[in-house]
Parts: sequence; structure tokens; C-alpha cells
Amino acid sequence: MESAVLKVTNFNAFFGDNQVLKNINLAIDKNSVWAIMGPSGCGKTTFIRCINRMHELTPNATTEGSMQLNGEEVYEMNPVLLRRKVGMVFQRPNPFPMMSIYDNVISGYILNGIKLNKQQKDEIVETSLKRAALWMEVRSTLHKKGTFLSGGQQQRLCIARALSMNPEMLLLDEATSALDPVSTAKIEELIHELKQQYTILMVTHNMQQAARVSDKTAFFYLGELIEANNTKKIFTNPQHEKTQDYIRGHFG
Amino acid sequence: MDHSKSEIEKQIARRNRKNKRFKGVIIAATIISTLPLLFILFYIFRQGISAINWQFLTHLPKPVGEAGGGVSNALVGSILILLVSCVIAIPVGIVIGIYLSEETKSKLAYYCRLAVDVLQGIPSIVIGIIIYEWIVRPMGGFSAFSGSVALALMMLPSIIKSTEETLKLLPESLKEASLALGVPYYKTMLKVIVPTGLSGILTGVILSISRVIGETAPLLFTAFGSPFMTTDIFKPMSSLPLIIFNYATSPYEDWHQLAWGASMLLILMVLILNMISKIIQRKWKAQF
Repeated sequence: MESAVLKVTNFNAFFGDNQVLKNINLAIDKNSVWAIMGPSGCGKTTFIRCINRMHELTPNATTEGSMQLNGEEVYEMNPVLLRRKVGMVFQRPNPFPMMSIYDNVISGYILNGIKLNKQQKDEIVETSLKRAALWMEVRSTLHKKGTFLSGGQQQRLCIARALSMNPEMLLLDEATSALDPVSTAKIEELIHELKQQYTILMVTHNMQQAARVSDKTAFFYLGELIEANNTKKIFTNPQHEKTQDYIRGHFG
Repeated sequence: MDHSKSEIEKQIARRNRKNKRFKGVIIAATIISTLPLLFILFYIFRQGISAINWQFLTHLPKPVGEAGGGVSNALVGSILILLVSCVIAIPVGIVIGIYLSEETKSKLAYYCRLAVDVLQGIPSIVIGIIIYEWIVRPMGGFSAFSGSVALALMMLPSIIKSTEETLKLLPESLKEASLALGVPYYKTMLKVIVPTGLSGILTGVILSISRVIGETAPLLFTAFGSPFMTTDIFKPMSSLPLIIFNYATSPYEDWHQLAWGASMLLILMVLILNMISKIIQRKWKAQF
């Protein structure tokens, strides 16, 4: 566990008085793909929103316990700096509607006022789009608005946008749930590629997807982390009754 | 079976007739309510078109009895007064609008919204009197600047409302996208949220301008009017509504003619502003 990128210890999260995460303990190792599974309302989205501290943006939302990113306590870091290290892709593609594809990719730099020369910009745009497997499709229309793209392309644009900041960790919040099977397959392929360089946490409702893509799986139920293990083990030989029921489709 | 079928057909025919009658009533009501507007426009254009020529636009008013003369000082005055009120009202209005769109529950926001609604309902002449008391008297005389402040007060509510409503309609995911990239909150608002809502905000600004462009009452106590060409905003200044008011209430036929011309000019300006706002709405609208 020395190579753990993210170490979560006795972590709780609340909306007002309502406790949505209960005593979570989890260690995420480097360059792995984690699937976060569980029925609706079990706290999986809240969990990953706690990692880049988007959770606390909701009024009355609070947290307790410890979360360490590379040994640094997340809740003592400046949230702005933290979010540059932990990229996030949302359920619905949300490119900036007023920006071109090109500007969308480097929007993290533009909006943060980080100065780049033309060559650096071109380089970042090209490598990010290539990593997001979108380069070939948009290379001739880089200066068109990002919102002209299809949903799947927009989502890959959002992934490119997150990758352009060179994050240490990538959070995917049901990133493929609004997409068609072809786009989903492309993004799953992409996740495989990205594993070489990034640590990825993906929330998913789709069990086949979790089985296909992830190395490890964490199963959440009613705010508790029920089981976390190698994906293969979770799907073939779950230790916990609840996990078994969920995987067999008995609830959720 | 046959009987019931014809019964249904009758019912359908009856409904169709009802539909047609209803449509007729709606169209008639629309025409009746649009006609007066068209008559007003037609009348003003018929009266005003003969007054408008190059001299009308470029010359100063002449004393009574002398033929010709124009409203150049009023035109320049109107534009200047409006520019200054924009400088005052737009930043303040947008900032308040941003605040209200972000803060929905706090007490301050509640009272702020209430104040904006009340401000919208204050009669323009009352605003004129208040500015007279607050600015004209302490500054020791009428000035275009005080007129601008009065008009700015009248512009504020619609700028605030349109900013608030526009920004509230933007999806939360847009803000999250920016925040998740590590962009600080203030930059997210200024560089992502406001630019995305720009078309709505600008439309509100332009409509607020066209709302106050013809205001006369608040200017009577503030900008006051002047027969000379002046660009000093701390001196009395003429404006189109003031000149219309003065000329139309005068006993001279020549001046009535000039008042019609000035009215037409004002209406043209309002028309153009409205067209600009429509174009902005269509061209700059953010698509999601």
C-alpha cells in the first residue's frame, strides 16, 4: 500500500444532517482503474465529488475524516490547486459553449490565466486530443465551437480538457451514461490507454462496463463501502452477501 | 353502430367549428390591439418625415420666428446622457444580477430583490425629484450628469432582472466544469458564466436603454435643457424628450413641426435598438 495515490481513512460526508458516506476506508493504488458501483443514492457520486472537493460546494455539505492524495491531506490543500491535480469528467458532456474546440481543450490554462506561447498551446491541444482519441475527428475543425460536436465527441472533448491539465488522477462520474454504445466503446478503450499514465476512478451503473474496464471495484451500499477488491474477484467470488445480490441483479 | 358513427362525426364537426371560431377571436383581438400602435407609428412618421432633413440633424435650434433650425444639440445631448447612464448602470446592474443569480436564499438577496421590484415601480417623476434633492441641489445647478444618474436608476431594475434570469438559466454543470478545472470562483463567474450569458445580459441592457431613451420627467429636474451645443456633462444639456416637451407645449407651428421630427427620431432610435437586441439574441446565443 505504499504506492497508494489516494488514501481514505474513516471518511464521512453529510448533506446537512443527512449522512451520505459512512466511515469509508479505501486505498487507491497508482495507475489502476477503479470502478465505483452501487445502487442509486448509495453515495458513489458523493464519494468521488469529495475527492476533488466539489462536494463542499453544495450548501450545508460537510465532511469528516481523512483523505490523502500522495500523502498530502486533501482537506488542508487549497481546493483550486487540488482540482488541477484531480481532473473530473461529468455525467453529461459540458464543453464551454462560447469556446472553440481548441480553446476548450486548453481552457484550464486560459481560465486560470496561465500564459502559453502558440507552440506550447498547439502541442497541448494535439497531445490531449490524441490521448482522448478525438484528434483525427476534429483536427480540421479545431476552431469551430465545441458544441457542434456529437454527444460522444463532446464527452471525449471534456476528457481531453481534463487531461490537458496533466492531472494525477481522473474522476469519471458516469461519463458514458448519456452516450450511445459506439461512443461508450471508444471511451472504454480510451480508459484502457489512459491507465498507463493516470489513476482513474469511474462511477458506473453498468456492471458489464465495470467488469470490462476496471482493475478493481468498490461496491457501495447506503453510504457504506461494502466491499472493495479486484474486479475479477468481486464478480466471480464476492465476499459479501449484498455484493452478491447486487451483481446478480436482485436489487438496484 | 352506424348511428354512433354519425354521432361522432357530428361531434367532430362541431369541435372543428368551435376551433375555427376560437382562432378567429384570437386573431381579431391581436389585430385590434396592434392597430393603435400602427396608427401611432404612421401618424408620427407622417408628421415627422417632413421635418427631418440634413439641417434638422446638424443645426442648432433657431429663435422663434426664424425659419429652419435643428435639434443637433438635443441629439448629441441624448446620446451623451445615455452613455453616462450606461457607464453607471451596466456594471452595477450586472454585479447585482450576478449576486442575485448566485444567492437565492439569503436575507440580503430577498431584500435586494424586493428593492429592485419597488425601484421598477417608482414613477419616473419621483426619481427626478429625488435626484434633484440628492445631486442637483448639492452640486449647485442642473447638469447632464444628474440626468444620467436619474436614468441610470431607471435602467437598473431591468438590467438586474435580465442578468439574474439569464444566469439562473445556465446549467450548473457549466460552473462545475470550470471549478473542476481548478479555476477560482471569481474567474469562473467572470470568464465562463458571464460570457456564456452575454447575449441575454446585452439584450436586457439594450432594452433598458430603449426604455429610458424617451424619459422626460426625470430630465426636467436634472438635465434641464439648453439651447446650446454642449458636451460638458456638468452643465445643463438638451435632450430629445426635453426638446419635444418644450416645443410641443409652445404656441408656434414651426416648433410643433420640429417636435414631430424629434419624436420620429426617438422612435427610430428605439426601433433600431430593439432590432439590435433581436440580432444579438439570435447570433450570440450560447448553444448547449
